[in-house]
Amino acid sequence: MAGEERTVLVAMSGGVDSSVAAALLKQQGYQPIGVMLRLWSPHGESAYNRCCSPHSMNLARKVASILDIPFYVLDVQTKFHQIVVHEAFTQGYLSGLTPNPCLTCNRHIRWGFLFQYKQVLGAQWFATGHYARIDRDANGSPILKKAFDETKDQSYVLHVLNQELLQWTLFPIGHLRKEEVRTIAASLGLPVAQRKDSQDLCFLGNQDYRQFLTANVSEEIKPGAIISTDGKILGVHQGLPFYTIGQRKGLNIPSSRPFYVIRKDVQNNILIVGERCALDRHELLIENMNWISSKTPQNPFYAHIKIRYTSPAYPGEAIPLPDGRVRVKFEQPVSAVTPGQAAVLYQGDVCLGGGTIGANEEV
Amino acid sequence: MEKRRSIYLDYAATTPLDSRVLSVMMPFFQEHFGNPSSIHIYGQRAEAALENSREIIARYMQCSPEEVIFTSCGSESDNLALRGVALAERQRRGANHILISPVEHHAVSRTAEQLAAYFGFELEYIPVDSSGIVSPEEVNKRLRPTTAIVSVIYANNEIGSLNPIAEIGEICRMQGVPFHTDAVQAAAYLPLDVNALNVDCLSIGAHKFYGPKGVGALFVRKATPMIPILTGGGQEFGFRAGTSNIPYIVGMAEAFRLAQEERNARIAYLTPLRDKLIHSVLETIPEVQLSGHPTNRLPNHASFVFRHVDGNALIAALDARGFCCSSGSACKTGNPEPSEVLTHIGFSPDWALGSLRVTLGIHTQPEDVHDFLATLPSVVETLRKTTTH
Repeated sequence: MAGEERTVLVAMSGGVDSSVAAALLKQQGYQPIGVMLRLWSPHGESAYNRCCSPHSMNLARKVASILDIPFYVLDVQTKFHQIVVHEAFTQGYLSGLTPNPCLTCNRHIRWGFLFQYKQVLGAQWFATGHYARIDRDANGSPILKKAFDETKDQSYVLHVLNQELLQWTLFPIGHLRKEEVRTIAASLGLPVAQRKDSQDLCFLGNQDYRQFLTANVSEEIKPGAIISTDGKILGVHQGLPFYTIGQRKGLNIPSSRPFYVIRKDVQNNILIVGERCALDRHELLIENMNWISSKTPQNPFYAHIKIRYTSPAYPGEAIPLPDGRVRVKFEQPVSAVTPGQAAVLYQGDVCLGGGTIGANEEV
Repeated sequence: MEKRRSIYLDYAATTPLDSRVLSVMMPFFQEHFGNPSSIHIYGQRAEAALENSREIIARYMQCSPEEVIFTSCGSESDNLALRGVALAERQRRGANHILISPVEHHAVSRTAEQLAAYFGFELEYIPVDSSGIVSPEEVNKRLRPTTAIVSVIYANNEIGSLNPIAEIGEICRMQGVPFHTDAVQAAAYLPLDVNALNVDCLSIGAHKFYGPKGVGALFVRKATPMIPILTGGGQEFGFRAGTSNIPYIVGMAEAFRLAQEERNARIAYLTPLRDKLIHSVLETIPEVQLSGHPTNRLPNHASFVFRHVDGNALIAALDARGFCCSSGSACKTGNPEPSEVLTHIGFSPDWALGSLRVTLGIHTQPEDVHDFLATLPSVVETLRKTTTH
């Protein structure tokens, strides 16, 4: 189809970042097609997923009309509920993990479904409003880099991408600061310039994740013992999914010193708590490792490792294991390593890839 | 940047204004802008235009001008007929039963549902066959002495099927029950002789036949009990208050005249294009069915269901390639609810969610249909590979 090489599907959310991404692509001579995904949310008073509430949808539609680009809404509620909400989020918590469903959504919905869907709309490129950059190495292969504005960097949730996906992906705002993005939006008269950044998980509405789990799988969540690292029974927990590694509040243990959640023993339904220093880890294991270059390194190397979306990048050694997993040895002990979260490897501002932090059975 | 080409294949949604219609409307915006209720010369000119328009419409409907009420759209006409007649008939003779088909436009079905939910009427649905067509016998079985109004759509907007309005009307007349038909889709292509059709009320909307949006009419047979639903000044014989929208009414009358005068030529032009479209789609694409009747349907109307295809995604994919169609489940919020009409005529959700409506018009070229048919199979195939469910 004529013009396909300049046609780009832009994932639009009605927020300022994706709106400006679409605007910049249009300025650069691309033909953007805006698409909003209709994602799942529980029935009830807040029956709309925050990512596609009627308000967000109207704003995205308005932005598309100002930019004079087509705009469509695609329903992926069934797929989103099955893969992200049920398998990743709910089952993840029930198996003792602290999952990051945004990663799953990026992997299976945004770049799984929507990226493939671009051919249906006759587009060759795929763009989002993420803060990250794509560069090319000496061979012309794409590499993923942190955003220019490191405080906004989202490469952590993009470590699931690969060569084929990055080849045809654009991050039009990765070289900008948030204030610059807002300024561009305002100068174009986009009604989203001052919209607040989204927090929390899009499908939770106004409830927190504990309420969500209670409402949906309460029968699979059972109270059990809270035991100290030295084996003393200290109290009763309300169900392991309600706690996360490093949590201090809400344990209801009478004591002069604070206790922290150190570990979850899912098999025996026991919550293990201890002093803060018991959270320290010298190493972790990365499972389901994705190397963005698609080449698995043979030798150990020095890297910086992020263990949560908001964590600093800790220095350490990454040791690829023969079974595909990666052992990370930190230079200094790191607190609250949480199974289920992603560990993502960096060298300088290049994101090498990452995977899931495995269940930690030491202690 | 290159401009996207767009081929419009959604004439059942709305039609472009005929330039001949626009030219008769123009003087009534600025030159003859008067209010027909005024006594002075401006009012007199406006009133003359209003009554002339009424006469034109009455002539083609074979009724008297006083039986034509101007409204703001087809939906308002439906509302006035249902609500106005039902409430009057209950007041007059205690009738509290409403009989409609399950494939009515929402302007009828939602109004009837509201009359049931808030005004105490009993609402009953007449069964339809797998083409969405009502059998007169089924109406006969359900008529009661307490039936306040019967409403059956003339030509269905989603699936194009035509109902035997004259036969249903005859049955209603024998029982003395007012009968309304929504002829909004039918008006562009079917004869609207209200005596031959045996109807007491009939709704039309101008923008479906190359007239302007924002104007419609309701035929109301003399002596049909009806109260106004928009009260105020005594316009439209007291049945519809509000200053008459003269330029639009003049435009509707001219568009209606043209539709009736050119009807046979339009039908002769569009029917072979429609049939080519239907046959080609059914022959070239796997797992597709025609929705509605194969022949007893509007001459410009083709509608399909594709199994395991997201109808909204199909519309988007076609639009991206320059073809503007619609879907029975079309919803700009992307929420896939299968169409009530398609579900009612027996399609399961895995079929009904994949609906496509292609409606042709006087500006459709044979090449447009050809290009569309060359594009659709690959789009459906690509979509099925990229399923959302």
